[in-house]
Amino acid sequence: MISLLAATIRLPFLLIFAALLFSCGVYGVLARRNAVLVLMSIELMLNAVNVNLVAFSGYLKTLTGQVFALFVITVAAAEVGIGLAIVILIYRNRETINVDEVNLLKW
Amino acid sequence: MTSQEIAFVIVAGIGSLAALRLVTSKNVVHAALYLVLTLAMVAGVYLLVAAEFLAWVQVLIYVGAIVVLLLFSLMLTKAPIGRETLDNQQRGVAAIVGAGVLAGLVFLVQDTFRGTRIELQQAKTADVGISIFRDFVLPFEVVSVLLLAALVGAVVIARKDEAPSGGESRRTIVGPRQEVRR
Repeated sequence: MISLLAATIRLPFLLIFAALLFSCGVYGVLARRNAVLVLMSIELMLNAVNVNLVAFSGYLKTLTGQVFALFVITVAAAEVGIGLAIVILIYRNRETINVDEVNLLKW
Repeated sequence: MTSQEIAFVIVAGIGSLAALRLVTSKNVVHAALYLVLTLAMVAGVYLLVAAEFLAWVQVLIYVGAIVVLLLFSLMLTKAPIGRETLDNQQRGVAAIVGAGVLAGLVFLVQDTFRGTRIELQQAKTADVGISIFRDFVLPFEVVSVLLLAALVGAVVIARKDEAPSGGESRRTIVGPRQEVRR
């Protein structure tokens, strides 16, 4: 019997929360047309990965997962900066950020 | 259920609902505010598993910086409001794919880690710092250079060109406006 004050948490709780966030992000990336909303969904997926990293960091009792979550946050910041610069450039040239209409590279 | 688990279920439930509303909202600004809620709840989850440094980094960088950047770009690009203009026609397929990913992941997690527990012990910020600077110095430096390159790249991409002969020239990376099909 686990007492109410024992400092434990079930690992699947964290992993299922991450899976929920990740599938919401997948849906958003596939269903949204606005490029900024697609970027937001990508942030959601990156957060799901971070939750997984932290969960396994606690499970394995090492700090490596947390350090890599920090790296992921840094890379996400860089990605958002570049992504929004591209979005603003596309908007300036074509007056739309609808990802369905930006199909110059489509064969 | 331990008290940590009760708190976790509350926090994660709010976060999941906000994530769902984020990808189904009809208003882009509401979507950004739901993103704030989701990210704050993820920070709460980090606090619950005793990763306090990561929680505050999450609040500072995600809630503080990235969401503000997203809101700025929403202001600079006039985004129409409404489900027809925000979602494309493959919404049903996207929902199926998302539900499939969720079902597969939940099945795998339950199959593999049923009943596994994490013993929470506080990760001291000093230990995180020691781990970064003792074991991960090279990745740390690579990430620093990446951030610098991204900064310079974002400035170069988003800058308006001033033509040397006085007239304004537009950059032609994206190409001329095309006729919209479909």
